[in-house]
Amino acid sequence: MALDSKIPKGSIDKKWSQYKSEIKLVNPANKRHINVIVVGTGLAGGAAAASLGEMGYNVKAFCFQDSPRRAHSIAAQGGINAAKNYQNDGDSVYRLFYDTIKGGDYRAREANVHRLAEVSRNIIDQCVAQGVPFAREYGGYLDNRSFGGVQVKRTFYAKGQTGQQLLLGAYSALSRQIAAKTVTMYNRHEMLDVVIVDGKARGIIARNLITGEIERHSAHAVVLATGGYGNVFFLSTNAMGSNVSAAWKAHRKGAYFANPCYTQIHPTCLPRSGDHQSKLTLMSESLRNDGRIWVPKKKEDAEAIQQGKKNANDIPEEDRDFYLERRYPAFGNLVPRDVASRAAKERCDAGYGVNQTGEAVYLDFGYAIKRMGKDAIEAKYGNLFQMYEKIADENPYELPMKIYPAVHYTMGGVWVDYDLMTTVPGLYCAGEANFSDHGANRLGASALMQGLADGYFVLPYTIGNYLADEIRTGTIPTDSPEFDKAEAEVKGTIDKLMNNNGTKPVDYFHKLLGSEMWEKCGMARNAEGLKSAIEEIQKIRKDFWANVKIPGSANAMNPELEKALRVADFLELGELMCRDALMREESCGGHFREEHQTEEGEALRHDDKFAFVGAWEFKGTDSEPTLHKEELVYENVEMKQRSYK
Amino acid sequence: MDINVTLKVWRQNGPNDKGDFKEYQINKVSTDSSFLEMMDMLNNQLIENGEDPIAFDHDCREGICGMCSMYINGRPHGPGDGITTCQLHMRSFKDGDTIYIEPWRATAFPIIKDLMVDRTAFDKIMQAGGFVSVNTGSAQDANNIPVRKEDADEAFKAAACIGCGACVAACKNASAMLFTSAKVSQLALLPQGQTEATERALNMVAEMDAQGFGACTNTGACMAECPKEISLEHIARLNREYMAASLTSRD
Ligand SMILES: Cc1cc2nc3c(=O)[nH]c(=O)nc-3n(C[C@H](O)[C@H](O)[C@H](O)COP(=O)(O)OP(=O)(O)OC[C@H]3O[C@@H](n4cnc5c(N)ncnc54)[C@H](O)[C@@H]3O)c2cc1C
Ligand code: SF4
Ligand code: FES
Repeated sequence: MALDSKIPKGSIDKKWSQYKSEIKLVNPANKRHINVIVVGTGLAGGAAAASLGEMGYNVKAFCFQDSPRRAHSIAAQGGINAAKNYQNDGDSVYRLFYDTIKGGDYRAREANVHRLAEVSRNIIDQCVAQGVPFAREYGGYLDNRSFGGVQVKRTFYAKGQTGQQLLLGAYSALSRQIAAKTVTMYNRHEMLDVVIVDGKARGIIARNLITGEIERHSAHAVVLATGGYGNVFFLSTNAMGSNVSAAWKAHRKGAYFANPCYTQIHPTCLPRSGDHQSKLTLMSESLRNDGRIWVPKKKEDAEAIQQGKKNANDIPEEDRDFYLERRYPAFGNLVPRDVASRAAKERCDAGYGVNQTGEAVYLDFGYAIKRMGKDAIEAKYGNLFQMYEKIADENPYELPMKIYPAVHYTMGGVWVDYDLMTTVPGLYCAGEANFSDHGANRLGASALMQGLADGYFVLPYTIGNYLADEIRTGTIPTDSPEFDKAEAEVKGTIDKLMNNNGTKPVDYFHKLLGSEMWEKCGMARNAEGLKSAIEEIQKIRKDFWANVKIPGSANAMNPELEKALRVADFLELGELMCRDALMREESCGGHFREEHQTEEGEALRHDDKFAFVGAWEFKGTDSEPTLHKEELVYENVEMKQRSYK
Repeated sequence: MDINVTLKVWRQNGPNDKGDFKEYQINKVSTDSSFLEMMDMLNNQLIENGEDPIAFDHDCREGICGMCSMYINGRPHGPGDGITTCQLHMRSFKDGDTIYIEPWRATAFPIIKDLMVDRTAFDKIMQAGGFVSVNTGSAQDANNIPVRKEDADEAFKAAACIGCGACVAACKNASAMLFTSAKVSQLALLPQGQTEATERALNMVAEMDAQGFGACTNTGACMAECPKEISLEHIARLNREYMAASLTSRD
């Protein structure tokens, strides 16, 4: 099947308005008879379900947590971008569009990104009207900050809890629709498959996590807004339950999976402290504005620190290597996330790491404290310093923080066209789960923007264009052979896991997969490593199915079974990520191939060969997938090599 | 450093089971690990021994989703102030300690299994009025209505509630006043929330009663145990809103 991105004709700034005035509409009386399933109630799914409910559709929404308010979006800290130009510093829709394309290293689709920049402004209006308490200035107007090294102040924020406040806004809108009975909410439900009837997505199979019951739900269209897949690495900044299963099940049923290898590794996270570790914690990127990053110049100093014989304060000024300032004098400690992360890894791999695992670098506020005083630093970063001290048990006013990069966000995801429809008709994908707007690398504060743009302002329009042809379809029965088959498959998988009689807990396999991915498909990749990872992952997958042990019963609450079902899918996704990384013989954004770098060790893109979206078609668990290419055409920006020297 | 601890954990196989404490010994726990990582360790140990692992709720593990909910040594979210269970570290315990772990206990939060409870009653309270009735796409420009910074900051503090339910678990009456008042207060402080303020206060309080939460007798235990340090002032504000609402309500 050829990929058709369905980009509307016309100039870039007119496409969306033109599209909206030409799409088919569903009249109010008909909407009531049309059912839509929304899986996921984070920013993307919560906003979509609430908006579709308001419009009059009959919506069923699903999440695996005990409440829609707990989706992983809640954890986002820094802020949300919007081209409001409230600060009068020259921001505009075009500039946000341009920054996003450039930040994505010229691997995103122009038309989608421009639409995102356009609707970014409506998001802020909507959220304020809902009562989202954004930070304000003394005059009572909204405050902004600059984020992630851009030249304008366009980031709206609510202390360090922007994601929480935005999600609670979407949750309140959703609650209103639940009360109005336009949305039926299914908490503690996990989607385990999508059901396709006559080539169209017509429903899902879900497991009630409290009773273990397998349920059938039908609809005229299905929306997946199920978040990112960073947990394939076992350790990431994602919530424990974040998973790929919904997206992966869709992939197995015909939805292409695009750019799976594009992973964002965030430079300022707390380092791993030992084998007990279950997740990694992000420290806000804003810390790089005043902290200086360094490691010792001398190996013997680093070794002494690793053995606990010395600490940072024992290293004299002249023996400190401020490697970012050294390598990137123009941007220094503020280079983009991918550049900062790789530089930390380079130093640690060379043996200069500063904790017992050898995988940490210093983020030092001593200099800023000398310059601005402790009070000023406390006023700016007090809560972050407190959080650091709680976890690391060290006082960052006295000793430099220790940080290390961690997996944070996945740019890749289910391939969608301009309408956010996957390659399966009637199946849509929104938020972090799709691949659409960030190319090979996402800018800070742009994920929240994309999730809400998709959910409030894009999907409610584009889905109507499809549903307009469904008004005569009538209710979709759930007793069809297609539902029978999908349910039988799900039950078969669960039975197999329950009756496996293995010996090892799920975490054992997840950790093996995670370290394989981190070592060979993490911050830097090469052909040899990727080939060996593919083989290793296949082995881990076999081992998992032979030796995993699931206690308890499938007909009751069983968190271990939930984990097993998710890890089973990660074990397939991991292989695809490595294949994608192997195919992409260039370095771009979050994907760094060691064979493709400049003499100074910087990422080297090959626009002549790789200016395309790599969309993979599933061909069977143990068969090689087929690659489809969506060529990327840049008519409004010129492709340039990024430089931060 | 590594420590050994004894755990007395509440095990209950479903809402109708009687439930009981069960004792477990766990050794070589790194004091750098979090409380929940210690529980992971225990669960993996149980699985390898062919026993049923302990069910508990958790997700973000950084104190923001409100999912984790353990009553540890007689305190919701355990020792330490202003933290959730997932933010508690094993360095708060000593080698040889015995630790009691129970679920939230409240009629409105029935136990699902072991340490996991059903908090959908909170969602129901929100559905009764914890929102501003604005449709998608109909909002005016965000800067059209300035909001006093003090009001915005105060609203933010109320909005910091993570809906964990520790306030209910801490209260001898199992009252949900702190949770409910935080939402009413947030919206009452903002111009956007004014229009529906009357109905909101009345409806949310009525739903709170209907869900089986107890009455508030101002003991202040809720605020003392709230991981987000939500202030009792919000309860006072809710009471004012409620009084005003009762007086002016037209039905
Ligand atoms: C620590 C951290 C900080 C961040 N900070 C920022 C920031 O400052 N600015 C920014 O722009 N971005 C930030 N991000 C990124 C951003 O938070 C996420 O990309 C975004 O919130 C994802 O939203 P979503 O709606 O796509 O998915 P999620 O919020 O992850 O929601 C997924 C939903 O899907 C449901 N679900 C998943 N699978 C299933 C299934 N099989 N069945 C049923 N339901 C399912 C879940 O229950 C949940 O409701 C941050 C991310 C992290 C980890
Ligand atoms: S008020 Fe505090 S204790 Fe109660 S639910 Fe909110 S955050 Fe939890
Ligand atoms: S797990 Fe999210 S608050 Fe504890």
